[in-house]
Order: sequence, then structure tokens, then C-alpha cells
Amino acid sequence: MRSAVIVFPGSNCDRDLAVALEQVTGRKPAMVWHKENALPDGVDFIGVPGGFSYGDYLRSGAMAARSPVMRAVKEAAGRGVPVIGICNGFQVLTEAGLLPGALMRNARLSFVCRPVPLRVENSQSLFTSAYENGEKISLPVAHHDGNYQADDATLDRLEGEGRVAFRYLDEVNGSARNIAGILNDSGNVLGLMPHPERVIEPAHGGTDGLRLFEGLLETVAA
Amino acid sequence: MKARVFITLKNGVLDPQGKAIHHALDGLGFKGVNDVRAGKLIELDLADGTSDSDIEDMCRKLLANTVIENFRIERLENA
Repeated sequence: MRSAVIVFPGSNCDRDLAVALEQVTGRKPAMVWHKENALPDGVDFIGVPGGFSYGDYLRSGAMAARSPVMRAVKEAAGRGVPVIGICNGFQVLTEAGLLPGALMRNARLSFVCRPVPLRVENSQSLFTSAYENGEKISLPVAHHDGNYQADDATLDRLEGEGRVAFRYLDEVNGSARNIAGILNDSGNVLGLMPHPERVIEPAHGGTDGLRLFEGLLETVAA
Repeated sequence: MKARVFITLKNGVLDPQGKAIHHALDGLGFKGVNDVRAGKLIELDLADGTSDSDIEDMCRKLLANTVIENFRIERLENA
């Protein structure tokens, strides 16, 4: 698997994501600066990392979503290349129109930074095949704007089409229907607020995040 | 030419910041505040001849997230 990690000014989980990808794939990902107009040839996985791109100016992810490299990411996503957006990356993907809905300020206004229990709602996706359907896992969150909102018709469609990938087991940030992560309609774009790349070895306090990357490698390589 | 763009949350979209401001006003003893909604004001200094549709385009493509926000444009012709 030849992966790329997009780097914006203000990204701060790009290296964690790169370490996770290298550990799982055995190959260093290409780090692609936001001003690039194209992705390296042969990239078959794209990660949009967490952080505070452009200082969260205007809206979280708003500026990053309009940066030159995102045109290439959209084009690749349209060809079916798997794209994951984690935390700020999820915000960027919604702002870029690759995923529906919006991530608003946490309902209780506080920055939430702790491990949270989640349920894997769809283990049939590119990204979740190493989990069991309905499995309870724990991933850390660290965000101020993770309150997922969309209109009822969109939420019903996400639920009906199995596009809710992860759901919080407890109320975390006010997200509609406790949604923590969603897939696009073709299933090759995942956005989630929790950080799988932060729990990939026992010293991190858990390895529930590792399986996301392992499952992805298996499906992309297959 | 200058223009102002007012960005507000759509009706029905929960506004946690507005709620917090409301609580703070209550705490200061201001009675009779029924609701508070917070928004943004963006001032644009534009080349003469910039059309309404150009400004609307800016709003749709960047300034507002039309999933959750409405925008209103006010042109200040003599500014």
C-alpha cells in the first residue's frame, strides 16, 4: 500500500498518522504539503490528519478544504481511492463536500480530551473489516468542534445505508444520534472524530486503533 | 466599494455559543432575554464593479457553510 498523508499549516497529528501507516504497511507514507497540486503517482490511500489547520479560522477545516491539494484528493476519492479524515481531517472532508453534514462546536462548549467507548456500526467497510459488527472499542478523542449535525433526511439516509461507521456509546459532544464517524455513499471515504492512530501499541493504553489500519491494508492489498 | 456579509446559523441549528451568552446575560441579571444566536460579520473591501453574484459566489464557496448557515449581503455603495 502506497499511502499519502496531507499536511496543512496547523496539522499536528500528521506524524502520528505516518507512524501508524508505516508500522502497518512497512512503508513510509508520502507527506504531501497543502500547496501541492497533485498527489504522488500510485497513491492508493490518503490520510487527512488531525490538528488545527489554518488555526481553525472561519470554521474548522474551512480553509484547508479549499487548498490546492484538496482538488487532487477529491479527484482521487472520485476514482475510489480510500480516504480517511481523522478529527480535523473529518472537518476538512465535510467542508470539502466529500462527506455530508457539518461539525459544530461541542454542545457543552468544552474541549473534550479522553478515551471514549464506541460501537462499530458497520464492519463491512474498507476501513472496519478487522472489527466485529457491533463490537465495543475505545478510542481517544481530542476536539472542540466534534458535534456532528445534519438534517434528519441526511441522518436517516446515513443510518439506512449503513454509513454510520462508529457511534459513541455515551454522549460526548452533542452529535446527532451520537454519530462519531461516517462513510460517503461509495464507502471509500471515512471521517471520524476519534483518533485510531493514537492507540496502535499497548504502551498507548490500547490497540483498538491498530485494527482499522490493518483491516484497511488487507482490503486495499486484496 | 465595501460590502458586509452577515452569517447566521439556520433556524433549528443548535447554537451552543448563543446559549452560553444567554446564560451569562442571565447571570448578570439581564431579564427578558428570550434567546441569543451568535453569528459572524465579514467586511469585504471590493473592486468597483464587483457584482452581487460574485459576492454570493464567495459566500457559497467559502464564507458560509450552507449546510448549517445562512448569509445576507449588504452593499455599502459609498464606502
